[in-house]
Amino acid sequence: MTQPVQPSDFQKRALTLAQQRSAPAFLQTVRQQGLDEFGQIQWPGRKTEMWKYTTLRPVEAFANAEWPADDVAADGEQLASLPELDATRLVFVDGLFDGAASDELPDGVRLFSQADEAARVVLDQYLGKIAKDIDPSRRNLFAALNDAWLTDGVLVYVPKNATLEKPLYVVHLSTAQAAERVANQRLLVVLEQGASADLIEHYLSADDASASFVNTLTEIHVGDNARLSHTRLNLEHEASSHVGAVHINLQRSAVANGFTLAEGGELKRLDYQINHCGEGAELNLNGLYLGRHQQHVDYHTTIEHRVPNCTSQEVFRGIVGDKAKAVFNGRIHIHQDAQKTLAELNNRNLLTSNTAEVDTKPELEIYADDVRCAHGATISQLDETALYYLQSRGIELPQARMMLSYGFINEVLETLPHEGIRTALQKRLRQRFVEEI
Amino acid sequence: MLQIKELVAEIDGKQILNGLNLTIGDGEVHAIMGPNGAGKSTLGNVLTGRDGYEVKSGEVLFNGKNLFDLEIEERAREGMFLAFQYPVEIPGVSNMEFLKASLDARRKHQGLEELSSFDFMKLARETSAKVSLDAAFLKRGVNEGFSGGEKKRNEILQMMLLEPQLCILDETDSGLDIDALQVVANGVNAMRDGKRSFIVVTHYQRLLDYIVPDHVHVLAGGKIVKSGDKELAKELEAKGYGWLEGEVA
Repeated sequence: MTQPVQPSDFQKRALTLAQQRSAPAFLQTVRQQGLDEFGQIQWPGRKTEMWKYTTLRPVEAFANAEWPADDVAADGEQLASLPELDATRLVFVDGLFDGAASDELPDGVRLFSQADEAARVVLDQYLGKIAKDIDPSRRNLFAALNDAWLTDGVLVYVPKNATLEKPLYVVHLSTAQAAERVANQRLLVVLEQGASADLIEHYLSADDASASFVNTLTEIHVGDNARLSHTRLNLEHEASSHVGAVHINLQRSAVANGFTLAEGGELKRLDYQINHCGEGAELNLNGLYLGRHQQHVDYHTTIEHRVPNCTSQEVFRGIVGDKAKAVFNGRIHIHQDAQKTLAELNNRNLLTSNTAEVDTKPELEIYADDVRCAHGATISQLDETALYYLQSRGIELPQARMMLSYGFINEVLETLPHEGIRTALQKRLRQRFVEEI
Repeated sequence: MLQIKELVAEIDGKQILNGLNLTIGDGEVHAIMGPNGAGKSTLGNVLTGRDGYEVKSGEVLFNGKNLFDLEIEERAREGMFLAFQYPVEIPGVSNMEFLKASLDARRKHQGLEELSSFDFMKLARETSAKVSLDAAFLKRGVNEGFSGGEKKRNEILQMMLLEPQLCILDETDSGLDIDALQVVANGVNAMRDGKRSFIVVTHYQRLLDYIVPDHVHVLAGGKIVKSGDKELAKELEAKGYGWLEGEVA
């Protein structure tokens, strides 16, 4: 017996909004799939395990939201603040493509709306289908919403043994809007056998941006022996709400190196769902989250080991101060057939005030008997001995605290492969801790 | 330079220093020896102001100032330096950044300009060469993955950069091979200029063959039980501490 679902006000509004925008006919199947699914999912409450520590109230506040005007554009100042990168840059403003601010699209990269016959075949095969076979209890309702709201997106297709020549740098800017606005962003990356690509997603806000709700979904298929580098930065300002997901399927001997960083906001919720589908696949995922004031930031990662001989290395660190709250939930599910799995998950948190909160939960579910699996989660304060050492060299306590906080995350920052981004982030985060002195 | 009068201090409610008296003049090198648990490391920690060490009574004057009126970092800026027995590893904070922040703080206190990054790099490289520490260690995390000897050399490197007035070496010789010991001793000797003073805390006479002290004290039961010149250290090496036990009581 299943109870009929009572859609929330936001759900009703979201479904109405979905009808207000048109999309190319070939996206209709995915849209319909999203509409059906999103309307049928019970809106999460405090008793919903996936949302236990994260309230959706900031999203519910968008129950009267509109689509953004389609004539907004990034201004020069905003673009000038982006890090220097030798990359192909695509700019989206409030979910809409800004051609003037973007570089020319290279071979293999195109908007869904400009898909030719071959691209439509790829969309048909992969769009809305990556990591779809996840546990039903962890089904992502915002991924369904992203399907329902789908009107366009970026398709990256790298054929067999080819390499996307330059990193693809996808920038998403939220701007000031008169009323409550929602935005939808979608990426699909398909790497065929032996292909490789480097993708960077960067979400930010204009200085004067108002409250916004951005819903994003990035789907990535990493084929046999293919290599993916994926960097995702969530640096929107603190009035913003962002719910996003990255879904990745790894085929035989595929390698994925991921880095993600989020600064807190009204609500920041990022879900990584990664599927080891082929033997010998390798995942390395490093993440950082930062919360201050009354911000909220939440990472949920799910790694499914379905086949033998795969590895997962996951390191997440967070610093939470003031009255901010961070949530980390790292699930590793090793299926019965996934012998010789090597999986490690490490989550460390630094609390810099008595009123900050961290809820961390590593979840290991193991059904195979010949695996190596380790996990650890800690919540601590700054190390007293290290503080004393710095002070004993003449460094004042606030500066010593800043140096240790920065050092705690800098260890992970140093794993970032892009020097331009690494330098920009190091500067930004150092400044952030200096401000807190 | 330093006058310690009837110092009583405890940690976790346990009294470790029991009325310690010691006067260090300008330019002097004092060695402090003594059995385990005598309070040798406690003395360094109390002087530098480490949390958890509570001063119950007594007085310490550092260049005429009441030491206990000063915060940990103020004592350092006034010219007090403790070379740690167990230097702390701080991953993520580069040694270079740490050294520059320390020197900036000291120079600012002295009314001097901060060194430019370029000048600082140059100075740091030259100084690390003097303690035979490869310049690559400047870029690593503070003491991160350093061997015992490398950590101690890094302490001496800091001491040379900061040019303190009073240097306290807390068992700097522990865990050092003979080459590293010489490097450390040469660093100390190069800094003896007739004004700078040293307190050398050690278990062994060996270090004092290289750093020749003006005075040698035996710390036992939380106070100085015997003082003498460098010959006392040799006597201790030969006879141990047992013969002094009557004096502890």
